[in-house]
Order: sequence, then C-alpha cells, then structure tokens
Amino acid sequence: MFQRIEIQKLRDGDNLILGFSIGGGIDQDPGQNPFSEDKTDKGIYVTRVSKGGPADVAGLMTGDKIMQVNGWDMTMVTHDQARKRLTKKNEDVVRLLVTRKSLEDVVRQSMMPH
Amino acid sequence: SSSSSAFKIDSLRSKVELLKLPLALSSKSISERKTQLGGATERSRGGAGVHKPRPLAPDMDNESQYSGYSYKSSHSRSSRKHRDRRDRHRSKSRDSRGDKSVTIQAPGEALLDTESTRGDDRDDNWGETTTVVTGTSEHSVSNEDLTRASKELEDSSPLECRRFAGPVLSAVLGLFALLTPLAFLLLPQLLWREALEPCGTPCEGLYVSLAFKLLVLLLSSWALFLRPPRHTLPRFFVFRCLLMALVFLFVASYWLFYGVRVLEPRERDYRGIVGYAVSLVDALLFIQYLALVLLEVRHLRPAFCLKVVRTTDGASRFYNVGHLSIQRAAVWVLDQYYSDFPVYNPALLNLPKSILSKKMSGFKVYSLGEENSTNNSTGQSRAMIAAAARRRDNSHNEYYYEEAEMDRRIRKRKARLVVAVEEAFTHIKRLQEDEASSSPKHPREVMDPREAAQAIFAPMARAMQKYLRTTRQQPYHSMESIITHLQFCITHNMTPKAFLERYLTPGPTMQYQRENGRGRQWTLVSEEPVTSALRQGLVFSLRRLDFSLVVTVTTLPFLTLGEEFIDPKSHKFVMRLQSETSV
Repeated sequence: MFQRIEIQKLRDGDNLILGFSIGGGIDQDPGQNPFSEDKTDKGIYVTRVSKGGPADVAGLMTGDKIMQVNGWDMTMVTHDQARKRLTKKNEDVVRLLVTRKSLEDVVRQSMMPH
Repeated sequence: SSSSSAFKIDSLRSKVELLKLPLALSSKSISERKTQLGGATERSRGGAGVHKPRPLAPDMDNESQYSGYSYKSSHSRSSRKHRDRRDRHRSKSRDSRGDKSVTIQAPGEALLDTESTRGDDRDDNWGETTTVVTGTSEHSVSNEDLTRASKELEDSSPLECRRFAGPVLSAVLGLFALLTPLAFLLLPQLLWREALEPCGTPCEGLYVSLAFKLLVLLLSSWALFLRPPRHTLPRFFVFRCLLMALVFLFVASYWLFYGVRVLEPRERDYRGIVGYAVSLVDALLFIQYLALVLLEVRHLRPAFCLKVVRTTDGASRFYNVGHLSIQRAAVWVLDQYYSDFPVYNPALLNLPKSILSKKMSGFKVYSLGEENSTNNSTGQSRAMIAAAARRRDNSHNEYYYEEAEMDRRIRKRKARLVVAVEEAFTHIKRLQEDEASSSPKHPREVMDPREAAQAIFAPMARAMQKYLRTTRQQPYHSMESIITHLQFCITHNMTPKAFLERYLTPGPTMQYQRENGRGRQWTLVSEEPVTSALRQGLVFSLRRLDFSLVVTVTTLPFLTLGEEFIDPKSHKFVMRLQSETSV
C-alpha cells in the first residue's frame, strides 16, 4: 500500500530542511531497524518526524519506508546516497513514495524502548 | 681379465662360506645363501649398463653404475684467471682408477641386505644377533668386499688426459701473463744495463705501484678463481674461452710491441719501459674485472624460473636463476638437486601389480571380414582399451585401501620405533666431571661413545629394522651406519627425536653420499646447443641411468611497481550501527 507525499522544503538560512530523520541503507545493519517487519530489509525508513516541520505537515509518519524520492529508487541505496537524494540544493519539493504499516503497529513500535 | 676376476670371485666366495658356517647366523640353509651370492656376483659382473635397480647389492648412493662415457669429453677450458686446477685436484684426491662414473657400493652389512629384500615374513636377523654379526664384519671378507672388489676390477676406466689440457693451458697462460711485466722490467737490465738512463724517484714510485698491483692480481685470482673444480661441462665455457683469448691477445700484442720498440732498438728510456709494464698490469686488472663481472656477477640477478621435475616420482622444485648458458644452468640445478630433492627410492615407485593387472583381462576381440592386419591391431587394442575403460572397475578402491593399510602399518611401526628408541636412550647418561673422581658405591664402567652406542643399540634394533623395511629404506641404512649415527647423536647430546629425524623422513640425496670423492655422471639432453643462453620456453633434461630431471625455463614476470601514499591520519573507522541522519 503506497502513499505519495509531497514535501515542500523549508529554507532555514542556507539550508533546506525537510524535518525528518532517516535510517537504514544497504551499508547499514538491518537487524537494528525497529520499524521494519522483515529484519533483512535494508530500505530507508523514517525514524523521526519533527513536530510542525514540513514533513509533518505533509503527512509523513515515523516508520514509513521510503521507496522513491522524485523518481529515484530508494530501496537499494546506501545511507549516504539516500541523504544526498533528499537534500539536493536545487530542488524545492520532494515527492516521496512511501509505504506504511498500519498506524497502531507503528505507534506501538515507536513507543517501545529501544 | 674378466675370467681372472671370476676366479678371484669364486675363491673369495668359498672363503666367505667357510667363515659364515660356524656362526649360526640365520635359519636359512647354506645353499640358499650360495644362490644369493651367486646371483649377486653374476649381476655385478654383467653389470655395465644394467637398467633395473639391484636389490641384492644396493648402494649408499641411489644411482646405478654407468661406465662408458665416450661422448662426454671434457673440453671445458678456463681463462688464465681461473687457472683451473680443479680436475687436477680431483684426480689427486681420489685413487688413480676412480673416475666420474658412479658405482654401486654395497653397504656395511651384507646379511641385512640379502635378507631384507625378501618378504616380511622372515626372521629379523640383525635385530637379534647384533654382537655376532659385528664380529663377522671385522675379521673376514664379507659380501661387501666381494662386490667391491669385483666392481673395481671391471670398472676402472682409463684416466682421461684431455681433462687436464684446459686447466694446464690456462695455468700456463696465467703465469705467463703475470710474469710478463717482470720480464719487461728485467730484460733491459740484463741485456744493456750500462746504456740505460738512470731513473730515480718516478721509477721507484712506479715500482711500488707495480708491485702492489701484481699482489692484488695474485690475491684476487687466488680468491676468485683458484677453487677445486666441481664439474666438467660438455662444451667450451664460452665466456672463459673469450677471456682467455682476450688475455692471450693482450699479452701477445704487448710482447710484440715490446720486441719491436724496446728490444730491437735497445731503448734507453727506462722510465718509459717501466711505465709500459705498469700499463700492462693495469690492463690485466681490468680484464680481471671483466672476468669477475662476466663469470661471477652476471648470473646472480634472477631472471628465469626453472621448474625441475624428476621423471620417476614427480618430485619437483622451482628455482630462480640469472642469465646462464644451458650447461651452466644444468650444473647449478644439479647442485641444488643434491640437497633439495628427496632421495630417489626405486622401491617406492609403482602401484603394486595386483591392483593394475586386472585391467586388460576378460575381453577377447574377434575380427570379422577382410581387413588389413595393421588396421586390425590398432582397432583391436583401441577397442579393448575403450571396453576396459567403460567396464566398472574397482581398482581405485583397492588402491585406496592398500594405501590406507600401508599408512596404518607405517604408523604402527613408527610408534614402536619411537618408543623403543626413547626407552633405549634412558639407559645411558653422560658422566659428569665431578662424578668421575668420587667413587660411588657401585663402580660403573665408563664407556666411550662408540661402546655406549653399541650398548643401547640392541633393544631398538628390531624395531628399527622393521620400520626401515616397511618404508623401504633399508638399502640406505646399514647397521653400521645406524650405530655410527647413534654414536654421533650421543656425543652431541641429542634427544631420541633428533636421532630419529634421519630415518623418519627421506632426506636429500646428499645425506646418503659417501665421502669417496667419486664423481657423478649426468648427461645433458637438449635440443639446442648447450652453450646457448637460457630463454623462455626452453626445455632440457639431465639424465642418469634410471631417472632423469626435466627442466623447463620460464622468464620471471616483469613487475611494474606503483606507488600509493597513505596519510597516516587517514585511517578512520566508524561503528557499524544503524545511523540516523536528519534531513
């Protein structure tokens, strides 16, 4: 079940911020990912969404797995590549394709102590 | 002379029989022993060029007899710097008949050898009757002396005179070249002393420099070139011939000029003559430098990799050599062969016949119709081979089990041997200096190493013989040699393990050589002329009578070495954890 989310980047001084944090990547250890169902999943997950930020406004939630960013695939990228694709300076808008487990599962998991 | 040797051998043989009778050495009958001895001497008499290994008269060197070498003339010459008295030294050190062909030398204990080649189901004689057999070998003509006598009679090849031509020539040339400057100086003094202009200090300086240069020449020639020769090559050694020719040319031209310009007109400028002599010595020094580089240094930097494989059992080694000619490379390989390769043991070669013999039986091929006989035979054999290959044969199974069984047997015997030796070594200990003076309650008999070795040999003898027989090493170790080795180990405070090192693994061929100075005969077989240089893809082989070494030459790869600088501060590490990045 995919969802398309469009986030407008917020200009903060010289930086463009999106207001969330990502974790995961093919160079990371997938066993430590609290949000994935399959512990071998090396995709990019949203680990935290800052309150009131652009991502929160756009409807991104913690635990979402980002499949695409502006058409670029995010399921087989390293952590750094993912960060770079999200923080391109010449783009104001990022369009994400995300997938999400049911809301209760996500909330329950994010409340669990790490 | 063969008939006279036959008579001598028969008379010796009967003497041996008589001496062996009262000693009750084995359970075998006298007739059996006679047939054995007869077989041994017959085989030794008809032995020139026999190919098969000889179990009844085995040898300390593993190579068999080879007496004819008409085609191997030693034409190698040496430069005046070499002054090669190698062959002369060699001929002085051995007896006058001895020559380069190796003969089989029977080891110390005849009884050990004649019995050990039969099956495993007989008495271990020397294991049980050690003391008696020792007495025999000291006071009578044993089988060893017999075979050696017969060998020496038929084996004496004539002393080769042309071997000395090279060294003598080079020695003469060298001496001539060294004395020439002195002659240049002395001749004017002798012939027209009055007419010479006196020459003071400059001449003295030149005298001193001449003397020192001659001394340096002499010393360096002695250090570099005056070595006992260790090989003769089949063809001229090109570099040496070149250098000798160069020296000869040099000295001859100097003499020519001297004769024309100094002797004839009776030159009066003595200083010029001395300078002339000094320039000759300088030139000789430079030629020696050239000789050093060509003969000694050029082949030190590795350029080729030689793979040496022994044809009989596949033992192989790789060596790196520099730029050499084929014959010099062959000599170098042989030097390494004697200390690197495990000794050639003909008893360890093939699969037992019982495993292999089943292959070709059971198929008969009939030909129908009109065919050529030649076609028929090849077709027939091919059909048989194909059929045999297709047939399900279990010889690999048998081979596997046979190998496993052999391993087990060897290990069992080895365990027994190790235990026996360890125990034997506990029976003696070294007498300390302070113990000798004080007389203890029971006076001990003080023995020298030989007696000590003989004393502790008896308990381990049986286990040792069984082990040697199982590993087929018994031709290489006679009882005498084992006792000598034991004595050696005791003298040097070796442990039982160190004593056993010699018997548990087959050592290199050098370990089994006798110190008799006889040479080894090898044949260099090559498709290219043997003075040509080594190059990629060359193959030559070194042959002895029953095995050969095949040498393949490849060039060492060209190495391109690049550089990469690593900043010591650039070594940084992170933990592999789930990292979180905020975007």
